[in-house]
Amino acid sequence: MRLGLSAIVTSIIGLVIIGALVLVAIFAPLIAPHDPTKGALSDRLTPPFWQEGGSSAHLLGTDLLGRDTLSRLIYGARTSLAVAALAILVAGTAGSLLGAVAGYLGGWANTIIMRLVDLAFSFPAILLAMVLAVVVGPSFFNIIFVISLVLWAEYARMARGETLRVREMDYVALAQVAGVSKTRILMRHILPNIATSLIVLATLQVGIVIIMESSLSFLGVGVPPPTPAWGSMIAEGRSYVVTAWWLSMVPGVAIVATVLSFNLLGDTLTELLNPARQA
Amino acid sequence: MQRYIVRRLLQGLVTLFLVSIIVFILGRLTGDPVALLLSEFSTFEDQERLTRQLGLDKPLPEQYAIFLWNAVRGDLGRSIRGDRAPALNLILERLPATVQLASISVLLSFLIGLLLGVLAATKRGSLVDTLSRVLALLGQATPVFWLGIVAMYVFSVELKLLPTSGYGTPKQFVLPVFALSAFTVAAFLRLTRSGMLEALESEYVKLARIKGLSETTVVWKHALRNSLIPVITYLGTVFGRMVTGTVVVETVFAWPGVGRLAFDAVMLRDFPVLQAVVLFMATAFLVINLVVDILYAYIDPRIRYS
Repeated sequence: MRLGLSAIVTSIIGLVIIGALVLVAIFAPLIAPHDPTKGALSDRLTPPFWQEGGSSAHLLGTDLLGRDTLSRLIYGARTSLAVAALAILVAGTAGSLLGAVAGYLGGWANTIIMRLVDLAFSFPAILLAMVLAVVVGPSFFNIIFVISLVLWAEYARMARGETLRVREMDYVALAQVAGVSKTRILMRHILPNIATSLIVLATLQVGIVIIMESSLSFLGVGVPPPTPAWGSMIAEGRSYVVTAWWLSMVPGVAIVATVLSFNLLGDTLTELLNPARQA
Repeated sequence: MQRYIVRRLLQGLVTLFLVSIIVFILGRLTGDPVALLLSEFSTFEDQERLTRQLGLDKPLPEQYAIFLWNAVRGDLGRSIRGDRAPALNLILERLPATVQLASISVLLSFLIGLLLGVLAATKRGSLVDTLSRVLALLGQATPVFWLGIVAMYVFSVELKLLPTSGYGTPKQFVLPVFALSAFTVAAFLRLTRSGMLEALESEYVKLARIKGLSETTVVWKHALRNSLIPVITYLGTVFGRMVTGTVVVETVFAWPGVGRLAFDAVMLRDFPVLQAVVLFMATAFLVINLVVDILYAYIDPRIRYS
């Protein structure tokens, strides 16, 4: 469990950024200088404060409707983190449970659940998300549902693998001999012991989910307006890339910084908790 | 080995069957096609006639059987747009553009990622290593569509070195391939590097060195071979990433491929086309995964007995 100095430094940086992000997302209404959904047309396309024409009222400029970029960025953090947290919670819980059941019970349960996993893996994620977004209509909760549907299989697969490993352990055999019910064994012995790998997986997935959500928002099938989302901000700013570069650049940098931090955290956790298994 | 192949094929068929059911259900969930096709001034008789014509009055399982039968014969429905072109034709027209983009990206990312990974592992701690790792971290954190926009801005608009969009000349391939490859180069780099680092510490490498083999042979012949298994595993999943990537890249760069077809279909609510693309892609996916799994079993005999 030894971590090099560079690893410690990078993980601290990652944690700091994540911590700041979470705080920003939670306290968005208090931190954001303006209402992210309302803009004054007279202020439209103001550049960031360090450029000519910029003002300190809008530190990162405004968009085509005069909405403050910084405020939209802050509220966008909320969207991204909320979607990621909820989607991973739903997908992770359902997937892990199904995977553990498949691994522990074997037989028919295993066959059915694994066929479902194959099914989930055989759909290209974004196409499925696009189709579902059209079918159920874009909304905050629908996006979480869609992303969960795409995500759960990976948890199931990992949970099953881990369960197969843990199932052979002595304490499980002891519990079985003692006559403990299968459900209880699952809940009290198996799940806690496969939890670490699943948590590492979840951390690594946050980045993927944020990119997925922003890609969907970019394509127009993500979180619907007027809710600010980094992906849709980039899409809106696309036509103005030459004249108003900040509209697309700023949210993009935010995405990169966020995903990078979570990836660093995930890597550190992988090294700490799964020394034998590489990501 | 043959038993494994047969087993895997059967699995694949079952999954394909399930995929078709889901695609069919999704299709029916989008609402009444009759309402979509006819104007609101159509009479009840017209609606009835179209319903019967489209076979929508038949029981659901029968509709599914017809759907499946048509699909197998290549009839994947027609676009609801103007010329009502057959969906399969639309897909096949655009397939070469996407396949070219995807295969060049996969090949390049594999080669570059592998090369950099080996270099980073053998020259551990050097500038090459640090730069490679930073590049890898950034590559995996950057959304493909944003990278495309940034690259377009820097190279096309500011530097005027490359065209912004379109398809045809080699120059037009550069930016889309770049955007599409970034993530996979990073992934290949990291996998190769960690695999090599492990392999270079192993017993057989020590033996090879004691035997007096040149470092080049040790690195490229022995260490690399054994660190390739996770890389090849990843190759299997790369195609999935590519599909996702091509949708956004084709949208950003106006690339006439299948990804953009899907995106346009979503925007225009052209559901038959969307359904056809999903079915087509899922099938292609399954076939590719099948081939990869069989190749994998060929390389690693332990898989056959799981």
